[in-house]
Amino acid sequence: MLTYVAKRLLMTIPTLLGAAVLIFFMLRVVPGDVIEVKLRGDGASVTQDVIDAERRRLGLDKPLPEQFTSWIAGLTRLDPGLSMWTGKPVVDEMSVRLPLSIQVAVMGALIATLIAVPMGTLSALYRDSPIDYLLRIFSLVGLAVPAFWFGMVMILLLLWLFNWLPPVIYTPFHVDPIANLSQLIWPALVVGIRYAAVVARMVRSSVIEVMKEDYIRTARAKGLAEKVIIIRHAMKNAMLPAITVIGLEFAFLMGGLVVTEQVFNLNGIGQLFVQAVAHRDFVLVQNIVMFIAAVFVFTNLAVDLLYAAIDPRIRYR
Amino acid sequence: MIAPNTLRMEKSASPGLVPVGPPSPGRALLTVNDLHVHFVQAGGVTRAVEGVSFSVRQGQILALVGESGCGKSATALALMRLLARPAGRVVKGEVLFDGVDLLKLSEAEMRERRGRDISMIFQEPMTSLNPVLSIGEQLMEPLIAHLGMNKQAARARSIDLLTMVGLTDPERRLEQYPHHLSGGMRQRVMIAMGLACNPKLIIADEPTTALDVTIQAQILELMRDLSRRLNIALIIITHNLGIVARYADSVNVMYAARLVERGDADAIFARSSHPYTVGLIDSIPRLDRPRQGRLSTIEGMPPDLMALPAGCRFAPRCPHRVDKCDHDPSLVAVEPGHLSACWRAGELVTGALQARATATDALLSIGPATAPVRVTVQELKRHFKVSAGRGWFSGAATVKAVDGVSFDIRQGETLGLVGESGCGKSTIGRAILNLDAVTAGSIIIDGQNIADKRAREVRRRTQVIFQDPFSSLNPRMSVSEIIGEPLAVYKFEPDAQRIEARVQELLGQVGLMPYMAERYPHELSGGQRQRVGIARALALKPSIIVCDEPVSALDVSIQGQIINLLDELQQRLGLTYLFIAHDLAVVRHISHRVAVMYLGRIMELADRDELYRNPRHPYTQLLLDAAPVPDPVIERGRRPRVAKGELPSPINQPKGCVFSTRCPMATVECSQAVPALRQIADGHYVACIKVEPC
Amino acid sequence: MKLGAITTSVSVPSRARPTGWRKMMQFATTQPLGAAGLVTALVMAIAGALAPLIAPYNPVAISFSDMLAPPSWEHPLGTDNFGRDILSRILYGARTAIVMGLVSALIGSTLGAIIGVVSAYFGGVVDLLIQRVVDIFLSLPIIVLALVVVAMLGRNLVLGFDFNLILAISIPIVPQVARVVRSSALSIREMAYVDAARVAGYSTRRIIFRHMAPNLMAPYLIMLTAFIAQAILLEASLSFLGLGVTEPSPAWGLMLAGNAVDFYRQAPWMIIFPGLAISLAVFSFNLLGDSLRDWLDPKARLR
Repeated sequence: MLTYVAKRLLMTIPTLLGAAVLIFFMLRVVPGDVIEVKLRGDGASVTQDVIDAERRRLGLDKPLPEQFTSWIAGLTRLDPGLSMWTGKPVVDEMSVRLPLSIQVAVMGALIATLIAVPMGTLSALYRDSPIDYLLRIFSLVGLAVPAFWFGMVMILLLLWLFNWLPPVIYTPFHVDPIANLSQLIWPALVVGIRYAAVVARMVRSSVIEVMKEDYIRTARAKGLAEKVIIIRHAMKNAMLPAITVIGLEFAFLMGGLVVTEQVFNLNGIGQLFVQAVAHRDFVLVQNIVMFIAAVFVFTNLAVDLLYAAIDPRIRYR
Repeated sequence: MIAPNTLRMEKSASPGLVPVGPPSPGRALLTVNDLHVHFVQAGGVTRAVEGVSFSVRQGQILALVGESGCGKSATALALMRLLARPAGRVVKGEVLFDGVDLLKLSEAEMRERRGRDISMIFQEPMTSLNPVLSIGEQLMEPLIAHLGMNKQAARARSIDLLTMVGLTDPERRLEQYPHHLSGGMRQRVMIAMGLACNPKLIIADEPTTALDVTIQAQILELMRDLSRRLNIALIIITHNLGIVARYADSVNVMYAARLVERGDADAIFARSSHPYTVGLIDSIPRLDRPRQGRLSTIEGMPPDLMALPAGCRFAPRCPHRVDKCDHDPSLVAVEPGHLSACWRAGELVTGALQARATATDALLSIGPATAPVRVTVQELKRHFKVSAGRGWFSGAATVKAVDGVSFDIRQGETLGLVGESGCGKSTIGRAILNLDAVTAGSIIIDGQNIADKRAREVRRRTQVIFQDPFSSLNPRMSVSEIIGEPLAVYKFEPDAQRIEARVQELLGQVGLMPYMAERYPHELSGGQRQRVGIARALALKPSIIVCDEPVSALDVSIQGQIINLLDELQQRLGLTYLFIAHDLAVVRHISHRVAVMYLGRIMELADRDELYRNPRHPYTQLLLDAAPVPDPVIERGRRPRVAKGELPSPINQPKGCVFSTRCPMATVECSQAVPALRQIADGHYVACIKVEPC
Repeated sequence: MKLGAITTSVSVPSRARPTGWRKMMQFATTQPLGAAGLVTALVMAIAGALAPLIAPYNPVAISFSDMLAPPSWEHPLGTDNFGRDILSRILYGARTAIVMGLVSALIGSTLGAIIGVVSAYFGGVVDLLIQRVVDIFLSLPIIVLALVVVAMLGRNLVLGFDFNLILAISIPIVPQVARVVRSSALSIREMAYVDAARVAGYSTRRIIFRHMAPNLMAPYLIMLTAFIAQAILLEASLSFLGLGVTEPSPAWGLMLAGNAVDFYRQAPWMIIFPGLAISLAVFSFNLLGDSLRDWLDPKARLR
């Protein structure tokens, strides 16, 4: 088991390295960078010397391969460089905002899973019943409604119903859980809704497929109670594809954060990313993207391990 | 009420299985009266079962026979009340089990009986066990649910059960998962599960259709012995008349949702009194008789169960049709215990009506030994690597799909290539078609190596007919496009009009009507698709055709039609065939010479008559023994030797002779060297060191 | 023995070949929801196309006297903080949404399909390389990928549409489609009819275009429809973030961008209607895509 985990960990390195190469060079295909935008942005006349000095300070005067290797070397020391816009270390910029974003993401995932798994299962077991129609409408709507608009509507509703707005200042959970939750539960609901729609659809079709399997018929022929058949025989099998989707979508939840944080004016990693893109702050962009890729790779790893634990057909070697 | 049974079971749980004599006549255990099953779908109502009645006594083996879609499986599922919901429903009838109508029970009462009084074994052992639960968990389930055993007791009983069904090392098996076991072993587990609570009745729905013939024999022998020994009634649902003849006491023949004939096995086979039964028995090639000319066939197709014809359902296909057949015949006795639903049953049973097709002119003589050699396969090897696990770092293993095979095929000859799944027969076919690269060896056709780039012409003359009639035709092309494409590509015909004419000609050659040209594959039946596949091959003006299991996906009555067609085309066009199949009787019927393969090697190769009359290799002998013959009298006279063990995995091939692990004659030296294919008589080659030349 | 004997007694059934119209009708009757989606999408497209004729106001005309007017006969959906008519802006916005969605999805899906087929057909090193790159792209949410492209390219207006924005929306679609089409192509390549074509000695080109491509049309069409919805959503999101369509062009996402909380209280119609428009467009294309999948699914149609 341990060697299996170690092997899988090793296997993440080429993937992450590939992502780094791709992102780094993609961003630099088109010439031009933040320095000129920043220094000449207001039409101020700045001498070439000043620009060159700033470039040197940020290490942008070196050839691209060298910049790349020094970035990667920095990454391994958790020192991925300086923001091209603010000039502050990227680590500082990101670590300030991470706790908030991670909390919203995890809460969103929890809410979504708690809604989606039972709902998808019920919907599959009572196919074409009112609950099934409800779920199908929910998932179609959940997929169609843009996250940012859903967030706005939620704020509107809070205003109308309670004449209340969520707090705008972030309070860490351990300082004041109530204040923390009353701010973050709303964006979590927003990012959770699309997630829930996707997962519920998956769970539904997965349960429907499994209930058609021969081994379910075998279990019925054995005279087992329907409850036992569903819980013992169907759910374990049906959860396998569902776990994959839950894992994948968790990584993609980061995408939802990008717009949701904007709506709720949360100072999280998503908003930082949008600012970085707007400023063409490549260093910050590439590091945030790497972070998201890493979240994806490691959730995938977790899913694989979970899969191996549930499914005896997958053996660790 | 369970305890005495359990005791009896434990006493008799000896590993050696000794068949006991035929069952003593007892009272009816299960009686089905006038059962009607409908499937309600968007397209309409399928009347899957209509007015079926039969009964089974304790310890009796009853067979329900028929082709696909005749309603035999729907009948079985209806008895267990396991029809797919909500489409399937029993609309009428009663199922009396021990005097209680199962159809009137509540779901909870029915559940109590399922798995305790009545068990069911399904066709697909690969998918019938839950992949994420261990064998032990699945086996103990009914014991705990029905008999209220605790874990220890259930475990002990499970070990007994696994021993009883002949699985070695039962304690370890309990911890294993289904994917650790082969198909045959999984089916044994299913049987053990079925026996768990000492049922009175076991329903087996095509229990061996997915298994190889040697494994099939093992499983059926086991089921018969257990049924006899424990006095369990057994309903076997099958399309295989050989199985019926070998194992059944009583037979029910179904056609188009109805029972058409019933009787004890001897009567059904010796004095068939329904034209469908007659046709079915006559249309299968036989292992026990010399090859006749054409197979007699049942022409046409079974009716659509959504739009049934009035009157006798077999009438449109029946050679003895009379005016009266416009009215429904009922199932009446033609002799004591023998019933038939045919107006002319009386004439049939007395022999007044000559039903049996008289053997027609023996079309096929042995291919001329002087004819030129067309195909030469020399020391062919195809090995490929499979990854032993997931991911990048797991090792790879080599599968030797074909390992040193040589043979040749002469002009106008059919070489049959026969063997169980995974023996490499299809791999050889694909190599000859140049679909896959070979690891070593060569394939020479008409003097040219087919791998040679310049051998295009030779490759075009070598065509193929595939097994699966559903995937072998491009679903987006009409029949005329499929057949016409090669004519246009190779410019065999100058213009569209001539192509059209040639397509019509080819359709006629394969027995399809001109209007079929405009159809798409999904609008055709399996047999029709196979005919289109043949026409497509013929369009390329081939001289050699590789037939890769061309009839194994078809029903018996359709199978005969296709075999006859292939036979006739060979006669008329002078074609040379490589005929790949697992069915020994089919291969015997169509081939001039036969090669028997096992795990990538040829075990025996001889002229057809020589091979079937005088099989020398122990594997050939076992194969022939394992295959049942559709004649209960002959079957009673045979003492089938059952091959021991499972097919070894192609990844870990046995050392020396690949068959040595299962061979009854194997000794130490067999596992030391690979035996060469030696000629022991004129044209008779055997790869076995134990066989003396004669 | 004549070979034709079997079928001679069967009369020729008359049977019309399915025409385009018949197929449409069949789709409408078996997939009423999908047909509803199709109709809604068409209505939106037509409304967008005819916006200059049917829109009551100029969508960019600023009128401070009409600022934040609630819905009325004059302004059925009210006005925004510059006094612009919301209905007119939504109608013109439909243009942007449908054009951007259609063009981006078409570019992305077609490119993805080509890459998928190439990857599947050639296999080996080509396949391995393409798949590694596709995997990396797939590890990023599409909006993140789109934003990376925005950061990379900046702006580039062609014919009034930001071509770089179209690229930013299409590029994330490419790997998604490539993966699905590749796996479909792989399974089709294993089909016996492709083997039969190879045995017949047909050229690679013929096998790909005559035998494989038509069978890939179904997954391609399904993906295309689904990604039109995704593209519309993505364009709206980017515009909302201020990194997509720019003022003063009317775009649904842009209409929701930068709205301060004050407007939530004063003018909820500014928020509600553009969002409804986006949702309806995405919903109808999703519905159409789902129904197309059910309708074209070979599993459902086989046998």
